[in-house]
Amino acid sequence: MISMATVSLSTLKPGEFAVIAALHTDEALYHRLAAMGFRIGKNIELVRRAKFAGPLHVRIGTTDIMLRRIDAQRIDVTPSNIPQ
Amino acid sequence: MKRIALLGMPNTGKSTFFNRLTGASARVGNWPGITVELMSAKVLLGGAMVEIIDLPGVYDIHGFSDDELVVRHFLENNLVDQVLIVLNTTQIDRQLSLALQIKQLGLPSMLLLNMSDEAKKFGVTVDIDKMSQAMAMPVVLLSAKYGSGYEHAYQAISSAIQSSRPTDIQEIRDKLKLVNQIEAKMESVLKHAVQVPTQLTDNLTTRLDSLLLHPWLGLPLFFGVMYLLFQAIFILGKPLQDGVAWALGLFRGEILEHLLLNLPAPVQGLLLDGIYNGVGTVAAFVPIIVLFFLFMALVEDSGYLSRAAFLMDALMAKMGLDGRSFVMMLMGFGCNVPALMGTRVMRSRSLRLLTMLVIPFSLCSARLQVFVFITAALFAPRNAALVLFSLYLFSFAAALVTALLFKKHYSNSEPFILELPPYRLPTWRQIVLRGWHEVRHFLSRASKFIIAGVVLVWILTHFPLNATPAGVDTWAGMIGEFLSPILDPLGINQQLAIALLFGFVAKEIVIGSLAVIYGLEGTALMSTMAQQLDWVQAYSFMLFTLIYTPCLSTLATLRNESRSYAYTALALAWPLGLAWLLSFAFYQSARFLGY
Repeated sequence: MISMATVSLSTLKPGEFAVIAALHTDEALYHRLAAMGFRIGKNIELVRRAKFAGPLHVRIGTTDIMLRRIDAQRIDVTPSNIPQ
Repeated sequence: MKRIALLGMPNTGKSTFFNRLTGASARVGNWPGITVELMSAKVLLGGAMVEIIDLPGVYDIHGFSDDELVVRHFLENNLVDQVLIVLNTTQIDRQLSLALQIKQLGLPSMLLLNMSDEAKKFGVTVDIDKMSQAMAMPVVLLSAKYGSGYEHAYQAISSAIQSSRPTDIQEIRDKLKLVNQIEAKMESVLKHAVQVPTQLTDNLTTRLDSLLLHPWLGLPLFFGVMYLLFQAIFILGKPLQDGVAWALGLFRGEILEHLLLNLPAPVQGLLLDGIYNGVGTVAAFVPIIVLFFLFMALVEDSGYLSRAAFLMDALMAKMGLDGRSFVMMLMGFGCNVPALMGTRVMRSRSLRLLTMLVIPFSLCSARLQVFVFITAALFAPRNAALVLFSLYLFSFAAALVTALLFKKHYSNSEPFILELPPYRLPTWRQIVLRGWHEVRHFLSRASKFIIAGVVLVWILTHFPLNATPAGVDTWAGMIGEFLSPILDPLGINQQLAIALLFGFVAKEIVIGSLAVIYGLEGTALMSTMAQQLDWVQAYSFMLFTLIYTPCLSTLATLRNESRSYAYTALALAWPLGLAWLLSFAFYQSARFLGY
């Protein structure tokens, strides 16, 4: 099986889809992210980026979530062109 | 008495369900094992009185935020006969984990799948029988907001509570230590019982977001909406306020004065010029305050506040705060106390303390009464809106300066992740309940603080009995004399100084005590004040009132939430110093410029 390149969630552009590949966080943040629906293998869409280096707006399933870019940098994703 | 605990994630309509189940009978109270107060109510269910407790909304009972600890400690220390788990049906794919966590503890549970109306719109369907089998607990689909399915839920709870027995607490404590297998179980239940469309259709929320979260238009739109709301409050509230003031005046002239005619003069004075004038002047503002909270509830329940957090986060980050801090500052415009308690969702203590330090600068509804009154008395109607708006700017500026000054001391790197719930319109029932809640809150403050405050002011301004009321020979005059070296440079005279002193207890008392000090109410009080003060003095007084000190309830909350006397002292001393400097700078420069 060919392994696909992963990038940080913070590099996605609005409208792009990806699959969550890894969460490089401490345990507390891992819990928080998991409760919000961030699980490995889940589809994620970057909806919009706020101005002035503000937070990101992402969508996982039916849930819309905002998170800061610095926290998004700890989440690795595999870009995918179509929602799976 | 049997006990039911209500548990669920934030934004699932848990409190709406609680309100529907308990009516307006809920009270706050203390519980073993936890330091915060919880809402609870006793209701008749299945033929017996049952106590229902509304636990804070949490994502995960194994988490580490204050709210999550509260839920965990509550379950570890209190026997519970039945847990009602409220989940948002639309988001069941991730929320089910919470239900499985509770199930794993062995607590007798029932699953309430709320917001069935929204789930229908999103095309999410749940097979109740399969879900109930897989979870081994009763499952009910309902909409707490619109009431559909509610009767069914009520019946199910009534019959479940009759036979359920509490689980041994030691068992729960042991099980809380074991966290495992939840993920696997969740996947398998979801796979068999739930269907979720892979991608959301272009719905109203998405379309509203593309406008309200627009990169350039988002913030101007937000402030525009806020400005319009405040305008609407005053346009709708002013006639109501005048009406109440007129009715109170009529009641005094036509009925009370005749009834009290035979009482000795000092008693008559205390009852009429003290209590009735004082409380009446404050009561005239109740319509505006109720309207204010109704609009706040509308914004709060609509989901727009989390969008405000999204829009403001970049700026707040520069001040060492985050988007939630901004939302809490907005909530503080209603009342500082719930806003302070709202900071419990923050895990970093530094972030929490810094946010709690800036919240008391939010121009709360009690201070708004003072400013509306003084503005009406001292400024032309066409300038009134501008004066109020400038005070809101000063409120923000004071918070900004404070955050910038103290952010080094309270630096933090707390991650900031927040759900953006779909836009929702509250129902009339929710709005009316909220309005009633505020009126009740006012009445309880009136009975606790305002009456005691105005009576004390009356005594201070009328004793010793041979002195001219409110003159220099009274006790109030002596206190004013004592404070004058500090307050004269701000243009604050002795009458205002007494009002400020009592404003420390509750800001509502400021206007009430002015009514008592001058022995007048309504328009008569306004015109007397207009003769004694000029606009520079009035504005300086308003600036000082805005910033000088959190009220007693706010201070008590600061102490409870921070659990530190040193921090509470800082939260008292810093605003006092800032208020003096600001008023001094304003008053002296205005005088220097010849105003």
